[in-house]
Amino acid sequence: MGRKLLLEHIDVPSIETFDVYRKNGGYRSVEKALKTMSPEEVVEEVKKANLKGRGGAGFPTGLKWSFLAKPEGVPRYLLCNADESEPGTFKDRYLMEKIPHLLIEGMIVSSYALGSNLSYIYIRGEYMWVLEILEKAIAEAYAKGFLGKNILGSGFDLDLRVAPGGGAYICGEETALIESLEGKRGNPRIKPPFPAVKGLWGCPTVVNNVESLATVVPIINDGAEEYTKLGTDASNGTKLISACGNVTRGGVYEIELGISVEEFIYGDEWCRGIANNKKIKALVPGGSSVPILPAHLITKTAAGENRLMSYESLADGGFASGSMLGSGGFIVFDEDQCIVRNTWNFARFYAHESCGQCSPCREGTGWMEKVLHRLENGKGNMRDIELLADINKKIEGNTICPLGDAAAWPVAAAIRHFREEFEWHVTHPEDAVKGNYGLLKGITV
Amino acid sequence: MVKVTIDGIEVEVEAGTTVLNAARKIGGDVVPPAMCYYSKLEGSGGKCRTCLVEVAAGSANDPRPMPKLVASCSTPVQDGMVIKNKTSEKVHVNRGAVTEFLLINHPLDCPICDQAGECHLQDLGFEHGASGTRYEEERRTFDPIDIGNKIKLHMNRCILCYRCVMVANQLTDKRVHGVLGRGDHAEISTYISNAIDNDFSGNMIDVCPVGALTDKTFRFKSRVWFLKPMEASRSCTKCAGKAVVWMFGEEIYRVTARKDKYGEVEDNDGKPAWICNDCRFDHKNVSDWNIEGPRKINRHSVISANHYEKANPLENNTKKIK
Repeated sequence: MGRKLLLEHIDVPSIETFDVYRKNGGYRSVEKALKTMSPEEVVEEVKKANLKGRGGAGFPTGLKWSFLAKPEGVPRYLLCNADESEPGTFKDRYLMEKIPHLLIEGMIVSSYALGSNLSYIYIRGEYMWVLEILEKAIAEAYAKGFLGKNILGSGFDLDLRVAPGGGAYICGEETALIESLEGKRGNPRIKPPFPAVKGLWGCPTVVNNVESLATVVPIINDGAEEYTKLGTDASNGTKLISACGNVTRGGVYEIELGISVEEFIYGDEWCRGIANNKKIKALVPGGSSVPILPAHLITKTAAGENRLMSYESLADGGFASGSMLGSGGFIVFDEDQCIVRNTWNFARFYAHESCGQCSPCREGTGWMEKVLHRLENGKGNMRDIELLADINKKIEGNTICPLGDAAAWPVAAAIRHFREEFEWHVTHPEDAVKGNYGLLKGITV
Repeated sequence: MVKVTIDGIEVEVEAGTTVLNAARKIGGDVVPPAMCYYSKLEGSGGKCRTCLVEVAAGSANDPRPMPKLVASCSTPVQDGMVIKNKTSEKVHVNRGAVTEFLLINHPLDCPICDQAGECHLQDLGFEHGASGTRYEEERRTFDPIDIGNKIKLHMNRCILCYRCVMVANQLTDKRVHGVLGRGDHAEISTYISNAIDNDFSGNMIDVCPVGALTDKTFRFKSRVWFLKPMEASRSCTKCAGKAVVWMFGEEIYRVTARKDKYGEVEDNDGKPAWICNDCRFDHKNVSDWNIEGPRKINRHSVISANHYEKANPLENNTKKIK
């Protein structure tokens, strides 16, 4: 049983209420930080913990915090990005739903570290019931003196508000989130300037993922040294993984970074193997944007080493034979799944969610979706496969925000690893409509 | 002042200048094309991605190259920065790609489009486009709609540069139009079909780089290259009254603002000389205007340049058209 930091008390009845949460050690980090540490010391501790952003990009949280501009007399803001909309990812929802005070606690400590007196949780519009849970928890925290004026007599004031989005994936991009929070159309901003200099209402702003902010709590409680004992050298601590697809037991798991992918998929404690005794065909380890891995690259890297659940091991081999840990949306495909259909499904999502601001993403995602739809329905030709590979090369890196890259990578990876299956869709159009290609021929797992 | 090198040409500009404006200071063909950037409109740029350039060296302090191409219209120069525009193969390839993206849903209706001859997308297509299309799908289509009684919107032709939205935001007092929807189905629209009635709304037509917004008082009257552009002025209480009238014989066919070689409205006394709707739509008699003389149109378009040069016999420095 791996050690749990975030979900340790998840099964305690009524843990969503303040009193039960407090009895189980809640809000200790607020007391410790506000009474015994300076804001700089909190930032330093998070930096030392080597916490990588849990939203998907994996940017070091402490480093992000240290970039925050601190001009005199200008307010600073901390925003929590709870606009979790990546297909396959539902870890933040689980955390907020089950143990809302953990996020609030993390936000108080982080706001203190950054000097934010007004912080927001920007939550996706579809999570309306979670918003209610959070608001109830926030009201409790206000009543107990953990939010509001002069928290615990420390002289630190903090107001915390929850703002719902309208349900657009793009609003999870930090500058689009800021635009949306300001009441505008959620279009990503042109960078520079970065939010750390000019963010919400033109003021310095930090945007962090739910899980990143929650992880600040154990880091402050136990100290960075204790925290970094968990995980591997480059990936410290634990990570929430939302496992879905054709596994026997899907759900949200907290793993210590560095356990093997094989153990995670087949271990009794975790996913318990592929459902219905089928064989695994492919894996998307970190949410729909990351490259898909074919069966022979899931448990072993191209170099033959064991593939681990860590930032560095999942990325081993680059995009040629690796993928990314991403947001932890762990999607497993069994032998009955059609890769072309799935790639089309992802492409359809990105075409629908592209904000339409910059040309490569607006036109390119729609184009890819149409071509993939044709291929899947047996109306493609060999030219289309080359065309797709070319379109995604032309989108990648040329857009305002990473949505273009996120749309391009899964298509590129699917063609890279499953070209035979795409070609089969062209050569066997009728079979492609009726049936499924199955496992790649000639590759044993 | 900082020094920056663009395609091997060094130029000194003020700190904070964008790469695009530094290139414009040099002029000529090192200037990247810009479909959405408009210096007179605050916050414009960054969207169309046609002005992407390669940064071969970030600055004198940190001479590493940048991994991705950057939008020159929204990237500030650094001292010692080295930019490659027309000398970069990567820029050439990706600008071609952006051109292709802009054209896949754009109708091929130049023969009946009023913008033909002065269309930035036509120019871009001529310089960077492929001879054929790889797009086999159905194009997205919209019905043309009226934006007020003087402006027609052909959303099919729109490239979503947002310039007209910014005109509405920054020049008119009450904005009732913006962008609806997302992705390739995003559209410029008046909010729930509210018509725009404002003295300066006509400037949307001038800033539109394509034929999405056209002047209903001029639609289908003439091809622009058959008209003679003349600088003209009148005393107007709403605007500076400095415009270009487009004549055929003794008749004025249309009135536009005075635009420079980048398609941007010129300054008058330090302020952009936007013209009001009275001047643009309601004064089409020669007697309304004081005609000052022929207007030199310095545009890169082959289609327009050829005819405009002929239309200006007083100008002697005819450039050889390649």
